[in-house]
Amino acid sequence: MKTPEAVPELPAKALAAVDIEAISALDLSRPDAGLAMPSGSPDSDGLVRDLVSFYPPRVQRKRTRHIKVNDPHEIPKIEANVRTAPGIITQRGCCYAGCKGVVLGPITDVLQIVHGPVGCSYYAWMTRRNQADVPDDAQNFLNYAFTTDMTENEIIFGGEKKLAQAIREAYEIFHPKAIAVFSTCPVGLIGDDVHAVAREMKAELGINIFGFSCEGYKGVSQSAGHHIANNGLFSNVVGTEELPASMKTNPFRVNMLGEYNIGGDAFEIERILARCGIQLISTFSGNVQYSEIARSADANLNLIQCHRSINYMAEMMESKFGIPWLKVNFIGAESTAKSLRKIGRYFGDDDLIARIEVVIAQEMAELEPVRTDVRTRTNGRSVMLYVGGSRAHHYQALFSDIGMPTVSAGYEFAHRDDYEGSRVLDSIAIDADSRNIEELTITPDPERFAPRKTEEELAALEAGGLKMHNYDGMMPEMTKGSIVVDDISHAELEHLIKVYKPAVVCSGIKDKYVIEKMGVPCKQLHNYDYGGPYAGFKGAINFYIEIDRMVNAEVWRLITPPWAAKKPA
Amino acid sequence: MRKVAIYGKGGIGKSTTTQNTVAALAEMGNQVMVVGCDPKADSTRLLLGGLAQRSVLDTLRVEGEDVELEDVLADGFSKSKCVESGGPEPGVGCAGRGIITSINLLERLGAYEESLDYVFYDVLGDVVCGGFAMPIREGKAEEIYIVASGEMMAMYAANNICKGIKKFATTGTVRLGGIICNSRNVDKEYELIDHFARELGTKMIHFVPRDNDVQRAEINKKTVIEWNPTCNQADEYRALAKAIEENDMFVIPKPMETDTLESLLLEHGMLEVA
Repeated sequence: MKTPEAVPELPAKALAAVDIEAISALDLSRPDAGLAMPSGSPDSDGLVRDLVSFYPPRVQRKRTRHIKVNDPHEIPKIEANVRTAPGIITQRGCCYAGCKGVVLGPITDVLQIVHGPVGCSYYAWMTRRNQADVPDDAQNFLNYAFTTDMTENEIIFGGEKKLAQAIREAYEIFHPKAIAVFSTCPVGLIGDDVHAVAREMKAELGINIFGFSCEGYKGVSQSAGHHIANNGLFSNVVGTEELPASMKTNPFRVNMLGEYNIGGDAFEIERILARCGIQLISTFSGNVQYSEIARSADANLNLIQCHRSINYMAEMMESKFGIPWLKVNFIGAESTAKSLRKIGRYFGDDDLIARIEVVIAQEMAELEPVRTDVRTRTNGRSVMLYVGGSRAHHYQALFSDIGMPTVSAGYEFAHRDDYEGSRVLDSIAIDADSRNIEELTITPDPERFAPRKTEEELAALEAGGLKMHNYDGMMPEMTKGSIVVDDISHAELEHLIKVYKPAVVCSGIKDKYVIEKMGVPCKQLHNYDYGGPYAGFKGAINFYIEIDRMVNAEVWRLITPPWAAKKPA
Repeated sequence: MRKVAIYGKGGIGKSTTTQNTVAALAEMGNQVMVVGCDPKADSTRLLLGGLAQRSVLDTLRVEGEDVELEDVLADGFSKSKCVESGGPEPGVGCAGRGIITSINLLERLGAYEESLDYVFYDVLGDVVCGGFAMPIREGKAEEIYIVASGEMMAMYAANNICKGIKKFATTGTVRLGGIICNSRNVDKEYELIDHFARELGTKMIHFVPRDNDVQRAEINKKTVIEWNPTCNQADEYRALAKAIEENDMFVIPKPMETDTLESLLLEHGMLEVA
């Protein structure tokens, strides 16, 4: 449980020395420029043509719309969030993975039952390495996998009775505060009504029980599952409890949205916010408990880290409760510092702004020697990132810290705004696949709606260099000539690696060993392999050391694998 | 062993036609098994005299892995063997998957004995999904007879079923054996269905006239052949059985475009009122 801790003491002398005026004059709205392409990089336009040359004409046309040569000053339009071309080996996952695996999965004390065949549950069991620090007296189901174990019998005769029974049994054994039910593909095919079962069991057992129609086949990627998860969490949990008055003493109360505590990232962010005197009410959804989410409507600002998976929640909370949102990125030392400054600017409190500056200075002082040392061995070496819906962007900041330019990047399941920025939102064509996912209409809560900032205050913030309700996207922060590929295929990825010979590729488990067989180290950014945390300042230190180790390990060059060896004459 | 499936629009008389035909074939000395593929499990009622045995899926559900053939197979009229696939109650689960499971189980249990002369599948309604296409999809049934009448919707359904058969015929062994006209006393019905069948590339294998004896027999839970072996309708079913027994015309159907089908109806005066 996150309680308002006593704000830690900071040296008075340092606090007094902070030049508030200079900090307030900083332009926090300008995107950071990506490091320039290394000299001798191949001609980007030619490379883009080569990338699709091995496809049949129709696929070539389709894929060309997903592959762009970047120009941060004149962002090209890129196609995203549409169906993957059949036959292509895609990185994408399913709707159920997005809903259960990503958004709901990390919550520690909501008992999560997967309604479906046992494999759907088994293969979603702890694979994201979400961590949690749960008090001794609180429940924690992170290590469990619950399933209805649907078999042929339930497919034929319907699985609603078995689901009700599973909920009852789970309740009798664990007595959780809440139970969530997730639908897998066959549930949608045979039409089991998980919501009706959830309602009945809620009435019977007297705890909050809610279902998600997140059948794997829905949508074009896991992105659909994020949206469904946001809708369900918002409708059934957010604002159902009130923050006790004793926890409302600090006005700098925030929620952290789109942070899933992979490898302990949330712990580091919690540590930094606490040092600054910023009170974290709830994280969506790393290291979080049910009650924290239920009380999240009492925050005064929503911070969005992974815009792709959680922007729906921020928009809905603003419409219903009047909480503005701010895009942050706690990945990378520089971007962590910038994100903290944005929070300080939003609250506009001189003491807070001073504290933030002192914390940044102290943390940077500790980090700087490591960064300087690592940078001597990493500077100028190139990186490719093909992962997620925000990670391929955020981690570029960490690499920039140690002088490594991103030559090529792209997302698995992002939408156009994650590439080009929220300014394109109105021009995104809503296709049938997106329309298929429910969009909730939210109106202000008659009792609880209270705008945290007036229109005038928001306008003043904007004028002073703080963009609210805005995400610039990946492309403005990538250098001219870098290549952006949406929903990359294995073939395209291999071709890019051959051409760029990057020092490291960041990706996921589906590509990892293909990449490493090519002699290039691969860092998984879905689960951090076995490492982390990489967020915040201490996380950045971990990352610098890890990347130094990976890109300077000679192992890739010392042996000739059998498939690369020349055949004897 | 000849493997026959009967398809047709819902309510057209598939189960009645199947059971009466089976009764006639059995009476002729054939060893026949009927597999009912309708979740309502009423495809063998007339052969069994109303004694509905436990369906394959119900048995599977209750007994788990311990299912014996005698648990699900019952002897009906003239030593015909009767099986009901069964399925979920309306609006629940997946009846199509049930049929797939059920037929696979019957195979594993050895229901398809070499000594059988015929297996008949009585399949629910249209070919609505993969499950209901099971008998034609995996070569379980190799000859299809479609029950139709001169009513427009029955012909639409029959044409649609032909699309399903055509799809699976090109990859497997299933063929169309003919159209059984189960008369509804529609004007010029004989000519219409005869023409319709020829358009599809097949033939009207028999014209079964409408006769209230069928209803009388059904009320007594019997096929016409058992209830009154000497009545005219019993002979009609015997004639149908004989036609099937002697049939040697098995085709890949040529389903019609909707326009062609409607012009055929026009030609035979069906749309005059419109």
